[in-house]
Amino acid sequence: MKTASTKINRRSFLKVSALTGGGMLLSLNWLAACQPKEANALGMPKEWFQFNGFIKIGENGLVTIMSPNPEGGQNVKTSMPMIVAEELDVDWENVLVEQADLDTKYFTRQFIGGSQAIRSGFTNLRTAGATARAMLVAAAAQSWNVPANEITVKTGIISHKGSGKSANFGEFASLAATMPVPEEVPLKSAGDFKIIGTSKKNVESKNIVTGKPLFGIDTKREGMLIAMIVHPPAFGKTLKSFDDSKARNMPGITDILQIKSIQDDYKKTFFDTVQFTDLIAVVGESTWQVLQAKKAIKAEWEIQEAYEEKRDMLGREGIRVVPKGLESMASQEQAMMVAAQKPQTQRKDGDPEAAFAQAAKVIERSYTGPFLAHNCMEPMNFFAHVKGDRVECAGPLQKPELTEQALSSRLGIPLENIEIAMTRLGGGYGRRSYAHWLIEAAVISQKMNAPIKLIYTREDDMTGGVYRSRYQATYRAALDENNQMIAFHVNAGGLPENPLYPDRFPAGAVANYLAEGWEVPSNITTGSFRAPRSNFMACVEQSFLDEVAEAAGKDPIDFRLELLADAKANPVGERNDYDAERYAKVLELLREKANWGSSKDGISRGVSAYFCHNSYAAQVLDLKIVDGEVKIDKVTNAIDCGLVVNPDAAKNLCEGAVVDGIGTAMYGELKFENGVVNNSNFHQYRQIRMKESPDSIETYFVENGEDPSGLGEPAYPPVFAALANALYQATGKRFYDQPFINQLNS
Amino acid sequence: MAQYNLSINGKSMNVDVDPNTPLLWVLRDHLDLVGTKFGCGIAQCGACTVHIDGEAVRSCSYPVSVIEDKKVVTIEGLSEKGDHPVQKAWLEHDVPQCGYCQSGQIMTAASLLAENPNPTDEEISYAMNGNICRCGTYTRIKAAVKTASKSL
Ligand code: FES
Ligand code: FES
Repeated sequence: MKTASTKINRRSFLKVSALTGGGMLLSLNWLAACQPKEANALGMPKEWFQFNGFIKIGENGLVTIMSPNPEGGQNVKTSMPMIVAEELDVDWENVLVEQADLDTKYFTRQFIGGSQAIRSGFTNLRTAGATARAMLVAAAAQSWNVPANEITVKTGIISHKGSGKSANFGEFASLAATMPVPEEVPLKSAGDFKIIGTSKKNVESKNIVTGKPLFGIDTKREGMLIAMIVHPPAFGKTLKSFDDSKARNMPGITDILQIKSIQDDYKKTFFDTVQFTDLIAVVGESTWQVLQAKKAIKAEWEIQEAYEEKRDMLGREGIRVVPKGLESMASQEQAMMVAAQKPQTQRKDGDPEAAFAQAAKVIERSYTGPFLAHNCMEPMNFFAHVKGDRVECAGPLQKPELTEQALSSRLGIPLENIEIAMTRLGGGYGRRSYAHWLIEAAVISQKMNAPIKLIYTREDDMTGGVYRSRYQATYRAALDENNQMIAFHVNAGGLPENPLYPDRFPAGAVANYLAEGWEVPSNITTGSFRAPRSNFMACVEQSFLDEVAEAAGKDPIDFRLELLADAKANPVGERNDYDAERYAKVLELLREKANWGSSKDGISRGVSAYFCHNSYAAQVLDLKIVDGEVKIDKVTNAIDCGLVVNPDAAKNLCEGAVVDGIGTAMYGELKFENGVVNNSNFHQYRQIRMKESPDSIETYFVENGEDPSGLGEPAYPPVFAALANALYQATGKRFYDQPFINQLNS
Repeated sequence: MAQYNLSINGKSMNVDVDPNTPLLWVLRDHLDLVGTKFGCGIAQCGACTVHIDGEAVRSCSYPVSVIEDKKVVTIEGLSEKGDHPVQKAWLEHDVPQCGYCQSGQIMTAASLLAENPNPTDEEISYAMNGNICRCGTYTRIKAAVKTASKSL
């Protein structure tokens, strides 16, 4: 048994006087959606007793656990409370889950990003549960007048063997909630887990399948108006003037106004990326009326001058250079070619050039990856109501804590007067980290002095995104006459972001290694996209290694395992950011589960593996070509993400990552012509559909007793290459440029 | 603006809206039936799927003026207690991730099974192909449709 100090995050374990989270901002509809699970025999209690920011217990023993992080499909709203419930030792059937509001006083890291929710929250969540359990025990000890250490707790029942006394949590809830918060609490050992590691159904499924209003876009308030924005038609342009004489007189239109979202002189943080700050806002009674008026606005746009903005890049001072001009695919390609000639060395081991000069064989290949749009199914939206020096907001966002600062500065409203209720996200994938739309909604509400729900159309979203950057990489590998890889060179860059991770595999496994990176400034806004940078680097690295293995005459899994064995026995350099043993284990598990080496009629197989977000993922993808169409038969996943809290939900997430990865590799592409996005909606941006997704997906987890690490992202990057490598087996052609459909069709 | 008397989920409802207003926005803005989702507005994603006289229809591209006396069923009216075989199968397979597309998926699946209670894999893929799931839950959707088909 280990113990945890409640000190580190003591503020979240201290009792809170008022009821936190839950209802305040939520409309009646919302509350209706938060009723207890049907099977629950206890019913609703008459009174709740608050133990800490996470837990309240009713007099009948029903427990409410607050889920601190926004939920966008990663299952945190189920998995995180499971961890609290485990240490509290309550029957999961007697737990209700509520979404906590943004509350920096009680919670830390209330955001989605980097697959870190479970990893960084693990000990905190456990401590929250264990603290409440200890307080219940203390209350029982006092009432029964027995020593606390003789009391046991089992699934919601407190007992004392000696006196034969026992009670459910409810009986001591009121007393326990007044007990002092212990300095240190014991935590269970993993072998005693009863909830963690068992599959629990998504707590929200019933509400989802019955169409309950769970999402930001479903928000409705008394007197609420609908707002939409008109943004420039091209990156590199800005608003000059507009004529709204027709639009303004259309039915249901309340007002049309020019707004400025984030101000030019605001010192932006990493997540304050905003593509267009000067916008036209159309406000009216209903969505359809606003949509019509939006189309009737005649705006003039002018070329935006170049500028630079200072930014706080997660603690480091950064500068974003925003050049002038209307970019096109060809002009970007030109600029990238030039920049690739003048890279910065990010890591160098040994003497790569000498090794290349002595090589028996040199393999060199170049790869490209296009801009990608996130295309969350729920278009960007937010509710805001500015009332004097207070503001209430509700909606889907990934990084509420960071957005709050920009909002406070923009509105001139102190942080403590800002309330943000986190609704369920209809997908995030990184896009909802950049919550400029929340600021836009609040600015409109402030100007209109009314509650506002801002909605982006699909077109507004797709043509005004914070996209994945455009990337390019060239790899070289040198083999000696024994087919040993003696040198490795990667030159990677992007517009505007450099995707390189210089210390990742095969760094550490090759004596002579060179990693170089470069960037080309652009006025196209880009940012986090599911597994940032890894989503490109995994594809190209793992495609390249497949080709090197072939050139060396080796099986692709054996080839990787040999390199990993070298990296483990004689690591080159000190900064290698992966554990060669765990990496190899996941490949070995994959080899076994996918039955690698066996062959099935007409099936072509590709393999890939990658480490990111502290987890290891490896995949075998099986496909066949039927009448010129790619049919994906099966994908086998082997994953090492440490302890798996909710196995079936974890599998669901991996399945989604696989489907998303295949779709993006095959079809994802956003193109620019003179600053204009060529893809405005799903008829021009192909998303994977059922026919194109795998017939079956199997997922296996490595069991190694490690603490849980990320899962939302790690299974996504490698599948791109598993697909490319399988396509090579099927067609005899290597796929160097995403999306692969272009080459398949040509 | 014009008055319409609509039959929605077995109830008669009155709205006063522009005749071109898509059923989607009538449901969401005027009738507080927000289970039907906005995804694309151009009949490409299926998030807005409802039943009109039993058939799966994209409500974002279906003007209120052509509904007349046809019967509209939305996710809220698919079953009284949320226990339609398709909804039950969705729970059994714990299909949703973000969940945003799922009411549209369920409505498409329910209309498929009403017409063809025993669809093959190909028939399921064909019928469901108009519904995008950005989270990639297709394998579970397919499995859930099959489970529902068995219980019909
Ligand atoms: S919103 Fe109707 S099909 Fe997409
Ligand atoms: S579950 Fe998220 S779009 Fe389908």
